[in-house]
Amino acid sequence: MEIPYTTETRPDTGLYNAKLGIWLFLASEVMLFGSLFSSYILLRTGAPAWPHGRAPEIGLSVPLATINTMVLIASSVTMVLAWASLKLKDFAKYRMYMLFTILAGFAFMGIKSYEYATKFEHHHFPKTSTFFAIYFTLTGLHGLHVLGGMIVNGYFWGPGAKMWKTDPERFTNRIEVAGLYWHFVDLVWIFLFPVLYLL
Amino acid sequence: MSAHDDPESIRREVKAYITVFVSLAVLTVLTVAVSYFHMPVGLAVLVALVIATFKGSLVAAVFMHLRAEKKLIYWVLVLTVIFFIVLMSIPSISQWDQRMLR
Amino acid sequence: MALVDDHVHPQHGHADAHHEESFLRKYVFSQDHKWIGIQYGFTALVFLLFGFTLMMMMRWALAFPGKPMPILGGLLFQASGGVMPPEFYNQLGAMHGTIMVFLGIVPLAVGAFGNYLVPLQIGAPDMAFPKLNMSSYWLYFCGGVTMLGSFFMPGGAAQSGWTSYPPLSDIAPPGQTMWLVGMLFLIFSSLLGSANFIVTIIQLRAPGLTWMRLPFFVWAQFVTSFLLLLAFPALQAAGMLQLMDRVFGTSFFLPSGLVVSGQHLTVSGGGSPLLWQHLFWFLAHPEVYVLILPAFGIIGEVIANNTRKPLWGYKSMVYAVSFLGFMSFIVWAHHMFMTGMGTVMSTFFQTTTMIISIPSVIVLTAMLISLWGGSIRFNTPMLFALAFLPMFAIGGLTGLPLGLAPTDIHLHDTYYVIGHFHYVVAPGTIFAMFAGIYFWFPKLTGRKMNETLGKIHFWPSLIAINCIFMPMFIQGLAGVSRRLYDGGQSYMHAKDISAATNPFMSYAAWALGVAQIAFIINLFWSIKKGQKVGSNPWEATTLEWAATTSPPLAHGNFEEIPEVHRGPYDYSLPGASRDFTPQNQLQEA
Repeated sequence: MEIPYTTETRPDTGLYNAKLGIWLFLASEVMLFGSLFSSYILLRTGAPAWPHGRAPEIGLSVPLATINTMVLIASSVTMVLAWASLKLKDFAKYRMYMLFTILAGFAFMGIKSYEYATKFEHHHFPKTSTFFAIYFTLTGLHGLHVLGGMIVNGYFWGPGAKMWKTDPERFTNRIEVAGLYWHFVDLVWIFLFPVLYLL
Repeated sequence: MSAHDDPESIRREVKAYITVFVSLAVLTVLTVAVSYFHMPVGLAVLVALVIATFKGSLVAAVFMHLRAEKKLIYWVLVLTVIFFIVLMSIPSISQWDQRMLR
Repeated sequence: MALVDDHVHPQHGHADAHHEESFLRKYVFSQDHKWIGIQYGFTALVFLLFGFTLMMMMRWALAFPGKPMPILGGLLFQASGGVMPPEFYNQLGAMHGTIMVFLGIVPLAVGAFGNYLVPLQIGAPDMAFPKLNMSSYWLYFCGGVTMLGSFFMPGGAAQSGWTSYPPLSDIAPPGQTMWLVGMLFLIFSSLLGSANFIVTIIQLRAPGLTWMRLPFFVWAQFVTSFLLLLAFPALQAAGMLQLMDRVFGTSFFLPSGLVVSGQHLTVSGGGSPLLWQHLFWFLAHPEVYVLILPAFGIIGEVIANNTRKPLWGYKSMVYAVSFLGFMSFIVWAHHMFMTGMGTVMSTFFQTTTMIISIPSVIVLTAMLISLWGGSIRFNTPMLFALAFLPMFAIGGLTGLPLGLAPTDIHLHDTYYVIGHFHYVVAPGTIFAMFAGIYFWFPKLTGRKMNETLGKIHFWPSLIAINCIFMPMFIQGLAGVSRRLYDGGQSYMHAKDISAATNPFMSYAAWALGVAQIAFIINLFWSIKKGQKVGSNPWEATTLEWAATTSPPLAHGNFEEIPEVHRGPYDYSLPGASRDFTPQNQLQEA
């Protein structure tokens, strides 16, 4: 027997299963990143001194991170445009926007890797100070989430796109769900960026 | 699925996406610019978080379709926000009323 | 064990009904919630047995400190002449707790019972996300194996308590790292599982199955899943931070100026051991409600069925467990009264802790009143369910002096705490698990477990378990601390009471172990030789009994999705021809 409401919405909730599922997962992610933000606050307020991200001994690059912020915001737009294209039954547009989203992910990770490399060159490691510890942990976990999203998006751009031919509505839903995850990853960065780099 | 599946509604949504994108870009520049002004730490944190929250709300409401979402999702999120606030109170619980360990 | 048979019940329009599933796809990487439930159940029972064995070894050191351990001592402790070294005792302590809670009870209560029964009780063909369900099981399995693998690391397994407090856990031997990695797997498994449960219960209820017609068991699982979903991430984060400390040398939990064995640690410092405690207990308090709620659910089902009456106060119980779930997020620091907390915070957490005792009392009272005027059938599941009530009451009542700071000052980190939580979990939750196994066994296998063996299992277990844990309250009040490898022999205030009680308790523990043999024999024997029964041997009303085909149940569970017309416990309905009216039965003519 088929599982009901995988594609069509259940009348009383108005939702299809995966949409509820992803929001629940995102709720748990809010608690995960929230725990790390809470840890950041506790460590910072408990410290006798806490360096500014821009301070020379820390050397975080605001320009690079600003570019990364723009990259991620742009990828968020292209992600939702990819979904909108599928709603308008334009598969070619979907592929274009999804490709851009994935490439933006590469750009983000590329800039991030460069940032990490410069830190390591200057002998700034997680163990150097609590600032770097929480910086690397927060951005590292976020980066892993970006990577995860890129893999999922890559699948849906590539082999997974076959489903558009067999079950277009279900495929569109999957892109919506993947999009919700991707927007969340963008949302976390929107908070990470000022907290780590600007304060 | 949703009542707004027709091409016209989608195209209007697309307009909203682009508007939000531009707003987010502008707000990002604003966040960076404001950070160069000298202000007490508390105020700097407040301003940065207010702008970030506004940006986040745009992403959530428009990109993530929350402004048109079903009640159930709202309730899940309200519950989450409540517990998130409790989680964020840990630093104060830990430090405000402490007698020995600091 | 062929418990799923595609050929006996061909499904209408079911695409894969006509091709053979490979052995791997059917029994190893199954996506059928029933088989996954059995995988969880079997794995969890093995882990529970292992965790129990660890405890039986601990009880030797407690009863006969400094004496060589028979048989195992010669094999494991050759360097110390057969005597258990203190470090090993600590490993047993940490792993016993971890295994019982994370590898045993939660996977059994939620992964096994929840997985198997929830789709059936709501009239669904499976869980909402069958592939995710399968991943949850395998993540759990990998996490469990990783945890057990820690015993083979240099320095042994995790040995900083199941609570893994830093700074000790930060500098502990490598086994602790494996504990952390295993925990990350387990938590991820849980998070995926809880999302699956919540979506299933919300979206896949059969037509007519409104919220207030749900079996109480489903409500319990629903609240439990929210607790897992929103509380576990805090421990996931904490686990990652501790891994960073151990593997990458960070100082999230290491304060500045820490000296270990006379040497200053060469770390950056600036960390906070308290941070771990907050994040850990933010999860671990809701976790204890995760341990008890499915048990409440099972007891509710068994009591309703064996009193031939609806549960008294069903609505109150539903509101109570929902309120309990919410409150569980704001009581955690009652585990931290002794950390130098000020009076304002302490007052807040004492207040919320006292408030949270109310819903438990409501649930227990409702269950007790449910017995009044019932036609009670004293079968094995009901015996365990009846015993649960006073046992959980003792456990709950002994929590009160722990939740109040003035008394907690004396009782914190003593055996009183161990007595308290074991009463709720051992003759509490585990008895409920037994009740559930005896009760639902016929649904899985089409056979009943043996009643005589059931009683031989029940009575000695009940007596032995009280003999183990009741004296712990006395020990705790006398000031005997937890986690002492010699049970208190080195302390003037503790050694007499310990010497007087520990041997007795250890004999009771070993007797408890012997009593489980009857259960193990019964379980395996009954699969093949148990009394054959039909699809509803207990004459129950809920959908898993009433609407499914005869066991073993096929893919899809129901020939047709049932329609629900009444509440879950229409027993002894006035004017009905039988003393039970199934949920999917239309009005009587």
